[in-house]
Amino acid sequence: MNHDGRLDASVLALSPAALEAEATFIARWLRETVGGTLRRKGCVVAMSGGIDSTVCTALAVRALGRERVLGLMLPERDSSGASGELAARLAAHLGIATERHDLAPALAALGCYTMRDAAYRRVFPAYGEGWRSKILLTGGLQGGLNHFRLVVRDAQGQEFDARLGAREYLEIVAATNMKQRARKLVEYTHADRLNYAVVGTPNRLEYDQGFFVKNGDGAADLKPIAHLYKTQVYALARHLGLPAELCGVTPTTDTYSLPQGQDEFYFALPYAQMDLALWALDHGFGAAELAAALGIDEARAAHVLADIAAKRRAARYLHAPALTARPVASVHAHGRAA
Amino acid sequence: MSSVAAAAIDATEVIAVTASVRRFLEDNFLLEARAASLGDSDSFIEHQVLDSTGFMELVAWLEEAYAFKVADDEMLPENLDSLTAVAAYVARKRAAAA
Repeated sequence: MNHDGRLDASVLALSPAALEAEATFIARWLRETVGGTLRRKGCVVAMSGGIDSTVCTALAVRALGRERVLGLMLPERDSSGASGELAARLAAHLGIATERHDLAPALAALGCYTMRDAAYRRVFPAYGEGWRSKILLTGGLQGGLNHFRLVVRDAQGQEFDARLGAREYLEIVAATNMKQRARKLVEYTHADRLNYAVVGTPNRLEYDQGFFVKNGDGAADLKPIAHLYKTQVYALARHLGLPAELCGVTPTTDTYSLPQGQDEFYFALPYAQMDLALWALDHGFGAAELAAALGIDEARAAHVLADIAAKRRAARYLHAPALTARPVASVHAHGRAA
Repeated sequence: MSSVAAAAIDATEVIAVTASVRRFLEDNFLLEARAASLGDSDSFIEHQVLDSTGFMELVAWLEEAYAFKVADDEMLPENLDSLTAVAAYVARKRAAAA
């Protein structure tokens, strides 16, 4: 990609030849990594119906063949029905074997829902059966401090929202993070059973900005599209000839019961604009140039760039392996330890 | 800017609040070394003393320690992003409530 000092969507565009080269490169790397470095016989991929896991599954099939890829569908109480339908559509398209585990009973037994709902009720005492919820991140783009708000909708459809206190926020996040960690438990169970590797599916935006749960969806043996911007993942999906309904899905967290875009929960802007902002920051462009490229005012662009830098700092903890007081040469000589 | 009207600020109170917030940072975030070297007007964000969760904890502590509510439109760096800013903000809130 030669950007020649430009800052617009074209800097992230990949030609059909470049997309084919990228797919070939990733597939070869997947094959070498799974068989060579990791010494496993295939891959497990949790399929959410989202674009990232869709592309990762398709690339794994291209690399290893459909008989060496197991797709997992891992819904829980708040998953949308559409996620499962899209995952089933992908599995049928690729011709791979799948397993489906409903995680709701296990999560209920672990106290996921009761812990979360108890925190909700401290904010909205009437919260109960038939209510829906989501969490929003707000503040940073208005020049304020980032903070989280809880939005709930009662059974009659009336919506309420309130700023979350630190204790409630941490408890809600701790409870809902159980979902990603329970999924990972099942993924590794199948990987152990089959001697397979677990594929992690973050795109660059998520990987860079820490949009994952540590030891939840952040845990994996390999992450084949972590270097690709979300825009490029969509382009790759189309290039791979995946069904149109899978190539056009809108990113959601699929974690809360009210519809929730990733740009409400974590990112400052819709993904295409976030991609460009991330690219701009990494290529030395400032707020004025970003503002012009995105059609927003310069102050807002400055807040976006500052927010990216802040999230990148926060992500260091998420990426960090368990630290040791002194180096253990026999372990660390072979790369990053778990 | 803050919706709290500027009011006469007691200098003694500002010094006391600054010391209290510094102690809170040291105790709550295990930041003895970093908090000790933090200047009164240094930004918590720029010096990586607080992230977004940290600010939420600071707000919860302020609300309990000084018995007032931080309004949504007061969640601003001007009010909360340094020891000096917090102390002045607390003083304004208390003066407005008095």
